[in-house]
Amino acid sequence: MKHATPYADPYVAGVGLGLVLLAAFVLTGRGLGASGAFASSAAGLIAAVAPSHANAYFARYLGGDGPWREWLLFELAGVVLGGFLSAYLAGRLRLGITRGPRIAPAPRLAAAFAGGAFMGLGAVLARGCTSGLALTGGALLAAGSWLFIAAAFAAGYLVAPLVKRAWR
Amino acid sequence: MNALVVAVGIGIAFGFALERAGLGDARKLAGQFYGTDFTVLKVMFSAIVTAMLGAYWLGRLGVVDLSQVYVPETWFLPQLAGGAIFGAGFVLAGLCPGTSCVAAATGRGDGALVMLGMFAGVLGSGLAFDAFRGFYESTARGALTLPQLLGVPYGVVVCAVVVMALLAFTIAEKLEARA
Repeated sequence: MKHATPYADPYVAGVGLGLVLLAAFVLTGRGLGASGAFASSAAGLIAAVAPSHANAYFARYLGGDGPWREWLLFELAGVVLGGFLSAYLAGRLRLGITRGPRIAPAPRLAAAFAGGAFMGLGAVLARGCTSGLALTGGALLAAGSWLFIAAAFAAGYLVAPLVKRAWR
Repeated sequence: MNALVVAVGIGIAFGFALERAGLGDARKLAGQFYGTDFTVLKVMFSAIVTAMLGAYWLGRLGVVDLSQVYVPETWFLPQLAGGAIFGAGFVLAGLCPGTSCVAAATGRGDGALVMLGMFAGVLGSGLAFDAFRGFYESTARGALTLPQLLGVPYGVVVCAVVVMALLAFTIAEKLEARA
């Protein structure tokens, strides 16, 4: 098996990520995103199986070309491909569960699901996540984006001691 | 070129950069909140500073018309509450929505579960939308930027963010050396 190479310097990787974001601004007039792809596919699922529940929240994703041709859905498919490609080239592809030293796999997976669900609610309320709101809006100096960053970091540090068992 | 082809291309570069930085590794991200690993802060703020400076100068030099770039809108209370709930979920998950896709793509089961949870959370919140719609639509400020909010020139805020980031990097390096 090929030995995994170490990760890139965080500042170099960060500048690279910033250039990707800048390219998105120049080429498409918008930034990056992630949570919008989840929202669009959720709207697509609701429209397909329970159209009576397609309320005002889902409706915005159901116009135009429809939820399955949403720009962010294709972008996020690219994220999956790009992440895979990078890990493959670096010899970092590995099946497993990333967890702290004191937590068993099953509770780790439960925490992952619960954490994801909380982020889902948070992203709906805030109208974006780390990608579309924090990174994109942060670089464009959007007021709400910096408020979101501050609130997310503050809550992260407040909750961290409570879930220490999961990581330390 | 087809917009969706561009979307996939930008996504590939985005996912590649996240994986290179080590942000597909939940323990690395969680380390941010225990003072042991500041990769999240370093990557995020060097990316923000790079794109911010790029957008500022390309705009000033007339290469890009910044008025044509979509600025995320501000909704004070929903984004304050949403940010707090998001941050709590982030520590529990160890991944954010974008990095969960990278983790899953590189073989991590926890990444896949974060993606599933995220989907369930968005679906559930969407279904319950009428219950919190009033709050969701409160304190709308439109495409408000920090220069507008503070009444300070664009370039001054850009400089302040650079200084703040450099300060944060210095502190992070000191704390990491101690950990």
